[in-house]
Amino acid sequence: MMLITRKIEFSASHVCRVPELSEEENRRLFGAEASPHGHGHNYVLEVSVEGAPDPVTGMVLDLKDLKDLLNREVMALYDHRFLNYEVPPFDRVNPTAENIAREIWRRLEPALDREGRKLRQVRLYETADLWVDYTGEER
Amino acid sequence: MTGVSLFRVTRRYRFSCSHRLYSAALTDAENARIYGKCNNPYGHGHDYVLRVTACGPTNAAGRVVNIAALDELVEREILDRLDHRNLNADVDWFRAAPPTSENLAAAICGRLKGSWRTAFAGEWPRLDGICIEETPRNIFQVHANEIE
Repeated sequence: MMLITRKIEFSASHVCRVPELSEEENRRLFGAEASPHGHGHNYVLEVSVEGAPDPVTGMVLDLKDLKDLLNREVMALYDHRFLNYEVPPFDRVNPTAENIAREIWRRLEPALDREGRKLRQVRLYETADLWVDYTGEER
Repeated sequence: MTGVSLFRVTRRYRFSCSHRLYSAALTDAENARIYGKCNNPYGHGHDYVLRVTACGPTNAAGRVVNIAALDELVEREILDRLDHRNLNADVDWFRAAPPTSENLAAAICGRLKGSWRTAFAGEWPRLDGICIEETPRNIFQVHANEIE
């Protein structure tokens, strides 16, 4: 089995707040991320697919297909958008890196999971110093 | 699936230290042979990168770990004790053990594990593990459940 990773970057603004909580409580939970008019990040997304290379093509999957999928399911929707206002479900789901990573997993998994290959990990860098890994693991 | 999703969240920190690799259990000749230039008598330094990984489900706010609380813990327990110090002379973790990055990674992981509950009292988040980049080419990773 091999792990193939494709990386893309998108830039988006967001604000992390829980509407039911006070300003003080939001600041305690999210710090500057709660600043009411939002701020932006250059997100870096790494999508890793695990599988065995096809004996004929020598490929786990066609990276052009993965590129097109990421363009369609992530770039076209997220890049240069204000996530809270323009990209459902973040009008009602707090756009933390955790929730964005899980939403991207949900968008990608149906197209990537095939006989002999599987979406293994979504890694989302909010900054170079903070990132989230989601592997679909549930308990 | 209706289960609760689990995530790993990694935060990156930096600190700079000097050290000299030397073991009192070895002769001078053995030290020189085993550690090479890392045994040079006056020591040398690195800009270390520390990655700390927490794991768990998201809370009601959509977060696995309060980053401000993690920063405060790591600064208090690790960075304040290591940054701009000489590991051999200034850090008592290395009284008995040579300050290799293996020993440094194990000491940092153990210290964070031991103090974790002062910052995170509940069942989650848990410390997943840590990773030290001594240089961009030498990387040392240890899982919390392998450390006392």
